[in-house]
Amino acid sequence: MPIISTRDLTMRFPGVTALESLSVTVEPGVTGLVGANGAGKSTLIKILLGLQPPTSGGAEVLGNDITTGGAEIRRRVGFMPEYECLPPDVSATEFVVHMARMSGLPASAARERAADVLRHVGLYEERYRPIGGYSTGMRQKVKLAQALVHDPQLVFLDEPTNGLDPRGRDEMLDLIRRVGAEFGISVLVTSHLLGELERVCDHVVIIDGGRLLRSSAVASFTEASGNLVVEVEEGRDALGAHLAERGLTVQAEGRTLVVRIDGETTFDIIRDGVVDLDLALIRMEQARHHIEEVFQR
Amino acid sequence: MSTAIHDIGYRHYDGPRLGRGQTLRALYTHNLRALFGLGRGAKAKIIPFALAAFLLLPALADVAIKAIVKEAQFLIPMAAYGYGFQPLIAIFLAALAPVVASREIRYRSVPLYFSRPVGPWDFVAAKFGAFATALVLLVGVPVTVMYVGFLLTRSSLIEAAQQGGGFGSVEDIPTVAGITGDWALALLGVVLLALVLSSFALLVAAFTPRRGFGVAAVIALYLISNVVVGIVQGISQDRGAWDVAAWMNLFTPFNLVYSVQVALFDAESEPLIAVPDTAMGLTGLLLCVLVVAGSLAALHARYRKAGA
Repeated sequence: MPIISTRDLTMRFPGVTALESLSVTVEPGVTGLVGANGAGKSTLIKILLGLQPPTSGGAEVLGNDITTGGAEIRRRVGFMPEYECLPPDVSATEFVVHMARMSGLPASAARERAADVLRHVGLYEERYRPIGGYSTGMRQKVKLAQALVHDPQLVFLDEPTNGLDPRGRDEMLDLIRRVGAEFGISVLVTSHLLGELERVCDHVVIIDGGRLLRSSAVASFTEASGNLVVEVEEGRDALGAHLAERGLTVQAEGRTLVVRIDGETTFDIIRDGVVDLDLALIRMEQARHHIEEVFQR
Repeated sequence: MSTAIHDIGYRHYDGPRLGRGQTLRALYTHNLRALFGLGRGAKAKIIPFALAAFLLLPALADVAIKAIVKEAQFLIPMAAYGYGFQPLIAIFLAALAPVVASREIRYRSVPLYFSRPVGPWDFVAAKFGAFATALVLLVGVPVTVMYVGFLLTRSSLIEAAQQGGGFGSVEDIPTVAGITGDWALALLGVVLLALVLSSFALLVAAFTPRRGFGVAAVIALYLISNVVVGIVQGISQDRGAWDVAAWMNLFTPFNLVYSVQVALFDAESEPLIAVPDTAMGLTGLLLCVLVVAGSLAALHARYRKAGA
């Protein structure tokens, strides 16, 4: 059963169309929502939280209609906003405990869950200090912790890697993967960078200008492209000419040759050509699509 | 698999999840604690507790005078306590309305609440409730101290009056039933004052997200309205327009509430320059209701916008 499904979801603001008849379903697991800045990602999250009624169309989250079941949705999901949203004058512990209470957890359970979840996101001694003194990476962890503290079934993470340095980015992506795999909480994570979502998502939804561009499993984005990448130490052009003479479709790309696979014989022709020209073969592999190519096509 | 003892895996929560009412109560308590700086640093406690102490001192002095000097007259009438010490209350409003009203707006954390089972009305109710409670405590506690002080000293006051010696006559000392009625009406006035002032101060503070501006805005509104009303009342009285002067009471928050107390709750008219009649009292009460309702509606709109 899908955890999110939208039907012809349209959201118009004066002068701007944020979403244009978007129909998409999201299955449990980690799903990436990709689009350029202003593509309508944050608007979609607000609508799915039941906080903003769409202009037309509808959606369901965890089996609840967004117009009638908003309260039930908000009981069962977590939300990590894109922007800075933490008070600087309280500690991470106090803040996350308070947010747990706001999700309806009793006081003692709130304290226990807050301690647990802060440990899981990797905040230890520093969680007793005021948030004002935290680094960006630590703040992002607090934001993630408050979204998880009430043990939701689904979390919306809006640009969680924004503003992080490469190490912080890796840590955050790793956390997101763990939330999906170890914690068993479904994730809808937005980013304007496809490459990083490729690493953590099972499924990617790409929107552009409020329209659905593509929705498919990450594996299908990166499936074999039907080309071979061939790299030799020297004599790239000689090999290229040699293969072209024998009827293969060859294209030079950087230090490599990209050869279309026409059949089993393609591999033999390349092998024989390398031997005939007495070249040193470095690699020969199936070329895979890169998820970013979706935008180039 | 890590062998470290602390590295236990993620545990799901399957305990109870409380309903809206209990969450609202938690939010209310959170705001009330924040007002008095509880759970915050020592600095956050100074202003609220200092003001509460200053407001309590006259009541304690009143009790002391009754006990030692046997003076039956109140230092300040119970019903006029809030009106009489309005500068202290104004400082409390200015200093602390921004703490409750605009904290979450300033730090942009409102959406974290609204993505939970907490809505804009819960937000308004918790903040309004907490601030009004604080004001009721601030003024109601001293008034109650005076009331209890009177009850405890009443027999010795009567004794002193019977012996003569310039303490007034026994007939002037209120009965227990009489003073209890006065106390109840005074508390009613305290509640009305708390509702009007807290809703309005929160509104002003919520629309001035920078804390310093919020403090300044509340103080400015208090001072300016008092000065303008004072000037107009002065002029109209000079010209014998007593009615105009009395109506003007409705245009500054403390006079508005005290006018209603004088006209409808039997409070002493002495503190007011121009005495309102019943019609003015009823109009004032209606105005109070409108101020509270209007402020809360505007607050609701403000938070909804901040939460989107």
